[in-house]
Amino acid sequence: MKLHRLLLAPSLGTILIFMALPIALTTLYSVLTPAQHGGVIWQPSGEAYVRLMFERDIFDDTLSFNADYLQILGRSALQAGFATILCLLIGLPTAWFIATRPPAQKSLWLMLVTVPYWVNLLVRTIALLLMLRDEGPINGALQSMGLTDGPLPLAYNNFAIGLGLVSSFLPFMILPLYAAIERFDFSLLEAAYDLHASRWQAVWSVILPILRPGLIAGGLLVFIPGIGSYLAPDILGGGKTLMLGNLIGMQFQGSRNWPFGAALSTVLMSVTLIALILVARRAAREAA
Amino acid sequence: MRTLAILLLTAAPAFAEGDLFIYTWGEYTPPDLVAKFEKEFGVKVHIDSYDSMETMIAKLRAGGAGYDIIVPGDATMQVLIAEDMVEKIDVFAMPNFANVDEKWREVYWDPKREYSAPWAWGSTAFAVDTAVVKGDTSSLAVLFDPAEEVKGRINMLRDMNDVINMAERYLGVPRCSENPDAMKRVLELLETQKEWVKSYDSETKELLVSGEAVVSMAWNGYSMRARDEKPTIAYVYPKEGYTGWMDNVAVPKGAPNLDNAKAWVNFVMDPENAAMITNYARYSNGIKGSEAFIEPALAAAPEINPPADAPAPEFIPTCSPAATALIDKVWTKLMN
Repeated sequence: MKLHRLLLAPSLGTILIFMALPIALTTLYSVLTPAQHGGVIWQPSGEAYVRLMFERDIFDDTLSFNADYLQILGRSALQAGFATILCLLIGLPTAWFIATRPPAQKSLWLMLVTVPYWVNLLVRTIALLLMLRDEGPINGALQSMGLTDGPLPLAYNNFAIGLGLVSSFLPFMILPLYAAIERFDFSLLEAAYDLHASRWQAVWSVILPILRPGLIAGGLLVFIPGIGSYLAPDILGGGKTLMLGNLIGMQFQGSRNWPFGAALSTVLMSVTLIALILVARRAAREAA
Repeated sequence: MRTLAILLLTAAPAFAEGDLFIYTWGEYTPPDLVAKFEKEFGVKVHIDSYDSMETMIAKLRAGGAGYDIIVPGDATMQVLIAEDMVEKIDVFAMPNFANVDEKWREVYWDPKREYSAPWAWGSTAFAVDTAVVKGDTSSLAVLFDPAEEVKGRINMLRDMNDVINMAERYLGVPRCSENPDAMKRVLELLETQKEWVKSYDSETKELLVSGEAVVSMAWNGYSMRARDEKPTIAYVYPKEGYTGWMDNVAVPKGAPNLDNAKAWVNFVMDPENAAMITNYARYSNGIKGSEAFIEPALAAAPEINPPADAPAPEFIPTCSPAATALIDKVWTKLMN
């Protein structure tokens, strides 16, 4: 064995044990029969996948269309989509600002972006909840200044979940955008204006193509963890609405239907994978 | 995913003579009780904790977890016996069994007490902040037909079975119902109530003490801790009924230190030792004569002394797969 191949062994081993094996197990469990008290019976069944879209009548076994789970998927995608757009709106100016600072300042600003992430996500999410809720400092301040009569409904709703997602994932948008802008040669912009490009044309034909890899990377890095997020809906949403992550968690706890939970995970992974492949292909085509 | 990971990563702890491995809920085993046992029997006690029954079952199912003692709830105990996952240790024949209160001897989950001894028991009902909620609070209507000042300040437990059981009691629907029409009414009631619910959260003490919630589903022991921090919190035994539960001490199949495990089971049925459990965990135990050793403030607490006119707690076995499927459906629709 050549030494350079051996160098790869730790990372390959890690991927095999902590990624490939769990994914294989998840996929396998999704096509087995649930045992009554959790766990699985080693008997193949496609029921978990049928259940994603149809419900079986408990009397005559007929199937009818059931949109409950698709709605949850739709809501998760919508929440993650909103969070991605918000992260973009906040992240782009921030990244631009940092990338155009003198080199000595850049690292300081970048470090400041990461400061909140020195604290564990769970702690940050609970802290956000404590700030937003009725008895929290934000509502307290608003009321003592006489701006509102009663507490504003800031916590335990979709607004709070969205805010949680944005605050969790903002750096994942800022950092790739920064990397893209940082490489941008601003003399290109001057060249565009010299060639009588309008402001809009300069943005569209010069800036955007250079930003694109950063936009795609940032968008994926926010959207993918967002759609499967568990903590924000669980804590900030007050457990009142399920997102996909909570629905999956429920199957391994109270609902005791491991195959269905595994099937939901498999579907989520597949959708993500397909989206990634499509994006990568498009990027490759455009590069060609 | 996490459960799968646990299955994958389960490793057998090393064991030797003179050890006892306990697998139980967190902050549930009094350190002074452990110290006393270690001294008396010359055994080293190791404690590992779980956060849900599902986690515990998953770990036992994976096999070779190497535990000597587990502390399952009543419904779980029934499952473990049915699936042959616990040792038959003939608890009824142990010397200290004479101390077990008669009402905890013939229980649905272990009718002859062949497998398990009582650890602690409590109830799941609700608590109110009497500074805000005035008048008669003895009915579940406080939660399901709330007064104006309560609307939007209700917290329900994040547990589909507990929430649905409570709604069923309010409507007069039996527990574990397999009747789709009845369960549809349960869903309608909960959907109407959801407008007034602030959160479905099991951190009930914090929500009550901070004032975020003025009415919250609660466990009696946890409600007592809320009252310690905010004296206006009162636990309610609703007239429509409430859920009782008991945690039991049992020995998983293949326990490496069977003799020490049996010694522990007998040990916790001693009145003085059982009182330590109550003093620490703040739940009642099932042992006669332990009253003498319980802290006076605790012994008189309303949370563990239901009023004379309160109904008896209802102990609920695991529902059938058909009933579980309906419960799951109601909860998924409620959360949509």
